[in-house]
Amino acid sequence: MERIPILRMGEFLLVTIQIDMHDQMALKLQDDLSNAIQKHATRGVLIDISSLEMVDSFIGRMVADISGMGRLLGSETILVGMQPAVAITLVELGLSLPGVATALNVERGMALLRRKIDADGTDDAER
Amino acid sequence: MTPNGKGDTPLRSEHDIVLARQLVRRLTQELQFSLVDQTKMVTAASELARNAYVYGRGGTMHWEIVAGESRRGLKLLFADEGPGIPNLDLAMTDGWTSGKGLGMGLTGAKRLVNEFDIDTSINGGTRVTIVRWK
Repeated sequence: MERIPILRMGEFLLVTIQIDMHDQMALKLQDDLSNAIQKHATRGVLIDISSLEMVDSFIGRMVADISGMGRLLGSETILVGMQPAVAITLVELGLSLPGVATALNVERGMALLRRKIDADGTDDAER
Repeated sequence: MTPNGKGDTPLRSEHDIVLARQLVRRLTQELQFSLVDQTKMVTAASELARNAYVYGRGGTMHWEIVAGESRRGLKLLFADEGPGIPNLDLAMTDGWTSGKGLGMGLTGAKRLVNEFDIDTSINGGTRVTIVRWK
């Protein structure tokens, strides 16, 4: 089965979703990502959905679940690059994804992750 | 060129759901829907296709280009022969779900289209019709 690649970028993980996922693929990504967070002791995850032309309630739920699950594993998740038409549709659908941090693009998402982690003041080096 | 006609596509697997939304994207593009309107119709179709597959044990999406007095639109019918929806009022409540969804499928899809109609009976399947006008 096709898999969404998870890239390691320093202390962060980057997931770029570039294909129209079927549901099992989205669930697989959720699994793979939780394993990767634990394996690499990742502090932050960026999910880039700039190529996604549609986010329905299933994908929205997956993103919310990844964010909640990441938090339990000590990792922050930022959803980046949502297209305006997708944002308008999601809100009308009734899914404004409370609790999921977002940023306009990968650069801003990365900056936000660093700020969040610095604000925590719990970098491993400081412990 | 403006499209005409109608057709069917099966909803028997998760891959079929992906194909159904790609088909709806193409049809709404051919009808020259705005990007936001395309996205709303594709998202509504994805929700209803998944309902037919997951809860209705598979079904069919029928599509038709429809003409109003001065406008054209896309009509989609999602039909399954599943168990039906026992309590439709409850199913049409935000946040209610019988399965693993968010409970946004039916009500969310309704908000994304101009016309919405649902017909369901116990053991008689469910038919949901939606229309979005350009």
